Amino acid sequence: MKLRRPYKIFRTVALVLVVLALIAPLVWMVAASLKTNVDIYDTDKAFVFSPTMDNYSNVLQQANYIQFIGNSLWVALAATVLSLLLGVPAAYSMSRFNMKKSALVVLMARVIPGVSLLVPWYYVFSNLQMVGGFTVLILSHMFVSLPLIVYIMMGYFDGLPTELEEAALVDGLTHIGAFRRITLPLSVPGIATAGILSFIFSWNNFMFALVLSGADTKTLPVAIFDFVGYASIDWGGLMAAATVVTLPIMLIALFVQKYVVSGLTAGATKG
Amino acid sequence: MSAVTTPVKRSPEARPASPETSAWSRWANAHRKWLFAAPAMLFVAVLIIFPVAWTGYLSLTDAEGSVRAESSFIGFQNYLDVLGDTDRFWPAVWRTALFTGVVLFFEVVLGMAIALLLWRPFRGEKWVRVAILLPLVATPVAVGMMWRLIFDPNIGMANQVLGWVGIDPQPWLSGQNSALPTTMFIDIWQWTPMVVLILLAGLTSLSDEPQEAALIDGASTWQRFRHVTLPLLMPTVIVAILLRGIDALKTFDILYATKGRGGGSFHEVETLNVYAYGLSFDYNDYGVSSTVLIIFFLIIIGVMWALTYRKKGLDR
Repeated sequence: MKLRRPYKIFRTVALVLVVLALIAPLVWMVAASLKTNVDIYDTDKAFVFSPTMDNYSNVLQQANYIQFIGNSLWVALAATVLSLLLGVPAAYSMSRFNMKKSALVVLMARVIPGVSLLVPWYYVFSNLQMVGGFTVLILSHMFVSLPLIVYIMMGYFDGLPTELEEAALVDGLTHIGAFRRITLPLSVPGIATAGILSFIFSWNNFMFALVLSGADTKTLPVAIFDFVGYASIDWGGLMAAATVVTLPIMLIALFVQKYVVSGLTAGATKG
Repeated sequence: MSAVTTPVKRSPEARPASPETSAWSRWANAHRKWLFAAPAMLFVAVLIIFPVAWTGYLSLTDAEGSVRAESSFIGFQNYLDVLGDTDRFWPAVWRTALFTGVVLFFEVVLGMAIALLLWRPFRGEKWVRVAILLPLVATPVAVGMMWRLIFDPNIGMANQVLGWVGIDPQPWLSGQNSALPTTMFIDIWQWTPMVVLILLAGLTSLSDEPQEAALIDGASTWQRFRHVTLPLLMPTVIVAILLRGIDALKTFDILYATKGRGGGSFHEVETLNVYAYGLSFDYNDYGVSSTVLIIFFLIIIGVMWALTYRKKGLDR
């Protein structure tokens, strides 16, 4: 379709505004993280200031953020890997045997408000002396990633032709053998999409970790609140902490853009 | 591209290693349907069914204080109390509905506009896509904190920008009436890109022919959108509304990060989710919080059902 010239100009202006609106706040966050608290309070130094790394060294050294980064990484990775192990075969089966009702059981987890599960979980896991440990955190984060993975992978398997598997069966492979040697290798892009998205959502998850983590197992989104005091806020530290949480996940998303987008829009066009 | 297919010659050595034919392997292959699906389903079911049942039970008791404390059965008293509570419960319901309705409206309208802008190829497309992805993957709690600084009444950038155009400083998050709209704004900033991506995926999968036919018939841009693009895109719009709606109803991170416990000192941003969280983990009022949760749960199921019902109607 041909586009008319006035529209093209209008579009360029509109898109520049959209990009600015989306990017400017993030730039502002990073800028504030490079200012001293004195400079943050000085509106004359909104744009011109001498950057300092003090907030970052404070966040990383004194606020124990290295440990929290490790916690977040460990919880998100473990939840993602375990959810893939459970979710990929389940999605395969649900796709091939058209198990709509069974899939609904798993996808229910997307719909239910997390708080309604937290009270009973908290009760059971505190009786088992597990609250504050990694196991319960990973289990709760799997609850976020598993439905996501099943949802994405079901769509992926739906689009994968069955002929190759059938050929493998003719060649003497068992059903499970065909899944393992033919379907799985073909699904690597889908698994990557599901895994990356599951990692992002697990990394960003806040409510489960807020209740179920302990002082040593705190994840980054919970640790941010250390910079919000009752009386005052250490804005420089807070913005540095926010940047430390957000930046890694953004970099990952930028490098594997294609996968993130296809994961976020999975199932959208089929209606 | 050559259309010639060469017959594949199979030598005996090229065949895969003989399939394991142990009893276990035969059983596993015959039952692979459930062998594959059951672990994931069990995991989710155990983590859902028991908690929901237990929440239902707790809602009929006066459980309070510690999760392990003694409690006694009081029937539907909590439900009567909660449904008669015009102080916290009904305002929270109202705020949840308002929050969800307003953010959904703006996210869908803005999302549609931006998706249409991005529809046809242009230079620098890649950079716009990067910009759209950034808010989406940013940690919601960090996003809340970021806007908290920008909306700070004294040092925030928002009031400075207003000052340039001669508008008086606004209280934003700290105002009793402006806090909820401000959190809505933050949610719209973070999640409109999600709607853009979904609608863009829908738009690119549409074929050009109906558009061109309408163009030849002399339809204006608006007519083409209203009568050709929009109807074809409607199933995708419903998917976007469904996905965003569920999450908007459950919004927690942004509200907690910007206003803290109880949705601020006057509960100005206390939605059902924030209210239930506070009852459970700030006040340990488990009986009442379970009641609120069961009601919330029923609302969500109801909304879901209504939306999928509407979607089925459209598919036909």
